[in-house]
Amino acid sequence: MNLTLKIWRQKNAQEKGKMVPYEVSEVSPDMSFLEMIDVLNEQLVKDGDEPVHFDHDCREGICGMCSMVINGRPHGPKQHITTCQLHMRSFSDGETITIEPWRAGSFPVVKDLVVDRSAFDRIIQAGGYVSVNTGGVPDANAIPIPKRIADEAFDAATCIGCGACVAACKNASAMLFVSAKVAQLAMLPQGQVERRNRVEKMIAQMDEEGFGACTNTGACSAECPKDISLTNIAKLNREYMSAKLTSDNI
Amino acid sequence: MSTVLNSKVPEGPIAEKWSKHKFNVKLVNPANKRKYDIIVVGTGLAGASAAASLGELGYNVQAFCFQDSPRRAHSIAAQGGINAAKNYQNDGDSIHRLFYDTVKGGDYRSREANVYRLAEVSVNIIDQCVAQGVPFARDYGGLLSNRSFGGAQVSRTFYARGQTGQQLLLGAYSALSRQVANGKVKLHSRSEMLDIVMVDGKARGIVTRDLITGKIESHSAHAVVLATGGYGNVFFLSTNAMGSNVTAAWRAHKKGAFFANPCFTQIHPTCIPVSGDHQSKLTLMSESLRNDGRVWVPKKAIKGLLAKDAVKLAEEDRDYYLERKYPSFGNLVPRDVASRNAKTVCDEGRGVGTTGLAVFLDFKDAIKRDGKDLIEAKYGNLFDMYQQITGDNPYEVPMMIYPAVHYTMGGLWVDYNLQTNVPGLYALGECNFSDHGANRLGASALMQGLADGYFVLPYTIGDYLSGISYEKIPTTHESFVKAEKEVKDTVNKLLSIKGSKTVDEFHKKLGHIMWDYCGMSRNEEGLKKAKGMIRELREEFWKDVNVVGSPDELNMSLEKAGRVADFLELGELMVDDALHREESCGGHFREESQTPEGEALRIDKKFSFVSAWEFTGENQEENLHKEELEFENVKLTQRSYK
Repeated sequence: MNLTLKIWRQKNAQEKGKMVPYEVSEVSPDMSFLEMIDVLNEQLVKDGDEPVHFDHDCREGICGMCSMVINGRPHGPKQHITTCQLHMRSFSDGETITIEPWRAGSFPVVKDLVVDRSAFDRIIQAGGYVSVNTGGVPDANAIPIPKRIADEAFDAATCIGCGACVAACKNASAMLFVSAKVAQLAMLPQGQVERRNRVEKMIAQMDEEGFGACTNTGACSAECPKDISLTNIAKLNREYMSAKLTSDNI
Repeated sequence: MSTVLNSKVPEGPIAEKWSKHKFNVKLVNPANKRKYDIIVVGTGLAGASAAASLGELGYNVQAFCFQDSPRRAHSIAAQGGINAAKNYQNDGDSIHRLFYDTVKGGDYRSREANVYRLAEVSVNIIDQCVAQGVPFARDYGGLLSNRSFGGAQVSRTFYARGQTGQQLLLGAYSALSRQVANGKVKLHSRSEMLDIVMVDGKARGIVTRDLITGKIESHSAHAVVLATGGYGNVFFLSTNAMGSNVTAAWRAHKKGAFFANPCFTQIHPTCIPVSGDHQSKLTLMSESLRNDGRVWVPKKAIKGLLAKDAVKLAEEDRDYYLERKYPSFGNLVPRDVASRNAKTVCDEGRGVGTTGLAVFLDFKDAIKRDGKDLIEAKYGNLFDMYQQITGDNPYEVPMMIYPAVHYTMGGLWVDYNLQTNVPGLYALGECNFSDHGANRLGASALMQGLADGYFVLPYTIGDYLSGISYEKIPTTHESFVKAEKEVKDTVNKLLSIKGSKTVDEFHKKLGHIMWDYCGMSRNEEGLKKAKGMIRELREEFWKDVNVVGSPDELNMSLEKAGRVADFLELGELMVDDALHREESCGGHFREESQTPEGEALRIDKKFSFVSAWEFTGENQEENLHKEELEFENVKLTQRSYK
């Protein structure tokens, strides 16, 4: 296949970026989307130009590093997969594909398609954990957990922290990301001790990072490569409200 | 030689060694811990768990990773599970049995005392992870569920669907994040270690490159911990992440740390085959598929046989070669045996697919027997993933699989305390060589990473620190200045060559050499040839590589160039090691050493040792040191799966 790519090029965080067109030829339908970009980059380097910078690592859909908005959709046209799992057989010969970075004020562009997602780390640092030190914990089977609860907590815990939810949201809200962690720990007995404090702190950090508010459009969940459910946001709202009603932090 | 390599294994019966050792090591007073700085490089299972645990103890920790967040480390991609000798299933498991299985699975090339300790602390790992909120699979009664895995006759593998690595890493990442919030760990992401700094023969810091600004920076500490993973990407194509590299371990090696058993690499039998030259990495299909899938190739070579045509091939024209050769284990032989046999049939010209480098994994009979629904419930996500990548529907046509590089058992040599031969330099997880011998069993990598980080290093590092002064060495010290200059020189050199070939072209060539001559099967002639080829390629690299961009910005070509330069050196050492070890064991198959049936033949009298290589200078032959392995608790036998 022969394709036209329109890619966002931006030298660094300070300079202005723009869409630049490229032609790639002899694209095999067996290539992954990122391998297609690899081919373009080899061409660019051969011509002495700088390759298109993009984040990627595991290339099997679990590390959460890859992050491209393809034809206007985070991670491209297919549902429940990441950019690295997208293959060229999903496109057709002669097509023009636009490729942009995540667009959100809280994820500033670093270079080309690379953005800074450290805001997510800071939200987890604010309280996305159970405060146990290494050692001195009870036997694993001393904490029985009903299978249904364990499975539900697991569903929330599969979030890969890629940020597609933020990129998909017109408000650039991080509610799906935050809710996945809050819901996971709120469901489990291990998370009970810090339950109220955790949600208050994580929401406060989320707001401080400048993420937008949630208006329940559901775009986040629709574009989530791990199919994190919108019900987590409902749980988050409930957790937050009950925490505020009984808050120790007044 | 033994004077150089002291494994420091404590005296006494094996079951008491670790307890005694924990009592005998010197401690650092709680109030004094804050006076010590520790650098941890890498934030996978080993690094994140170590950094968090050391921070909790009160040390000042600085953690480094090249990814944009510690949560991205490649431990996250581990699928299957984590072993622990909990015996929750009441099926006869014990610490001793896990120890025994691991030593045997490693084909008797690991250190007994380390493996026993690993089995011992495995039970604590599960407790720790559950307390953190890791959602392991559970039974209806609410207790933890287990599955069985290769190389064991008990069910001791804890799992979280097919994403155990992800859940364990997020657990360690959460503990790390808590220490970041507490101010005990300072996090440096998008930061790559490019050298280790030695002062008076001790590791006292590192030099890094800030990958965003390109700034070369020095960091001083009282001890340095490397948890930087394995070196499988020397083969270019592997199941490792694109960024996984040997640079930190290799630069430490060049500053004096011995590199042990570099030729021990694990080739995983069930990966999606290479589809073309554009391929950037290989995707693993879980080993569990071999429980129901039957492996076959046509009896007579058929060029370019595709899966859709294979369906029509009559039963009598198919060779289910694993079932034929190994009637008792069949399709479930260990990873190394399955991989080698796939290579053999493809070498005979009976491989399938457009490249001829694949074998079929067929679910036709399983679907007929159990129904599509049951197979879908067991493997649905894997079948979907396969279809997404290949375009074939495995419910209707057989899958195609081929072996791929997956894990490296070799790594920096460490003693019982996980300290390298360089004082103050530690190596954890896949980065060290210690626990898996010549072959790692499934579900043991996660166990080792977390054992090292949560439960071993926090005890043993105090023994070293208590013996050195609190005094900090400023980064203006001449050793730091010199190391920084060397790093800058290398960066500038790479950028100044402006040759005609891209970094990837060199990396792919190296990968081909390694795969052809130092892959699943090795012989003297091929290895000698490979050594010459690697040397030539390395020379060419430094004359003709083209690295674009500038040093003071995000420059991924430059990052890759530095990593490939190190792989080009490591590759030669792997070949040297493979050449020297004239026996077959585990993942290392020397064609000259096989049984009449063509199975791996160990030569215990001559090769029952760890080879630890010492760097002697650029382009010089390395010195070999041997640590003799003594087996007091396990009887050495020849593995048989007939």
